[in-house]
Amino acid sequence: MIRVQDIPFDAGTELNSFSSRVAGSGAVVSFTGLVRDVSGGLSVMEIEHYPVMTEKALGKIRDDAMARWNLADALVIHRYGRLEAGEVIMMVATASRHRKHAFEAAEFLMDYLKSRAPFWKKEVTEDGAEWVASKDDDEDALKRW
Amino acid sequence: MQVLYFAWVRERIGVPREDVETSAATVNDLVAELRAREERYEAAFADTSALRVALDQELAEFDAPLAGVREVAFFPPMTGG
Repeated sequence: MIRVQDIPFDAGTELNSFSSRVAGSGAVVSFTGLVRDVSGGLSVMEIEHYPVMTEKALGKIRDDAMARWNLADALVIHRYGRLEAGEVIMMVATASRHRKHAFEAAEFLMDYLKSRAPFWKKEVTEDGAEWVASKDDDEDALKRW
Repeated sequence: MQVLYFAWVRERIGVPREDVETSAATVNDLVAELRAREERYEAAFADTSALRVALDQELAEFDAPLAGVREVAFFPPMTGG
């Protein structure tokens, strides 16, 4: 399942719900990304995205993961809009009969989400607002897949 | 065709999307046309190696043809996750 939304979500509730749907799998791996609390400064994350392309890109990344690993299901939830420090930005969860498949697929989803899903983060602190730059590491991370 | 801009590209150009009349054959040709328009486009497209392009919501290269394309989007490298 893919969800792109501006409203907050509870990662724990989502994980429990996901786990109950894939109870036969035996292994569930999840990753949750939070807005970093920059020490001392007011920190807000503004996330812009490209509707339609976002859903297409996330759907393809998920399909690729489902085809490559033996997964019962894979979940991606990603927020956009204005987020405060500590809020959940996104989560992925994977379920498999095999622990290694669940871990690898979750890492694959994260690596592709970072540089192939059309989201752009802007960090707002006391010093001003700045677009988060992509890292060469993010692009390099795709090469191992 | 519809041309969309995101993140700092949108901020530099000043609009999120616009209708562009063009007979540009490739993305590079379209970029050259836009750059020739006004300073704000020149500022946004000065270094296309810092940009990415999507044609009808699929990532593409700057030498890709525009025949049949309805929506072109320009944006910086993505920073999801």
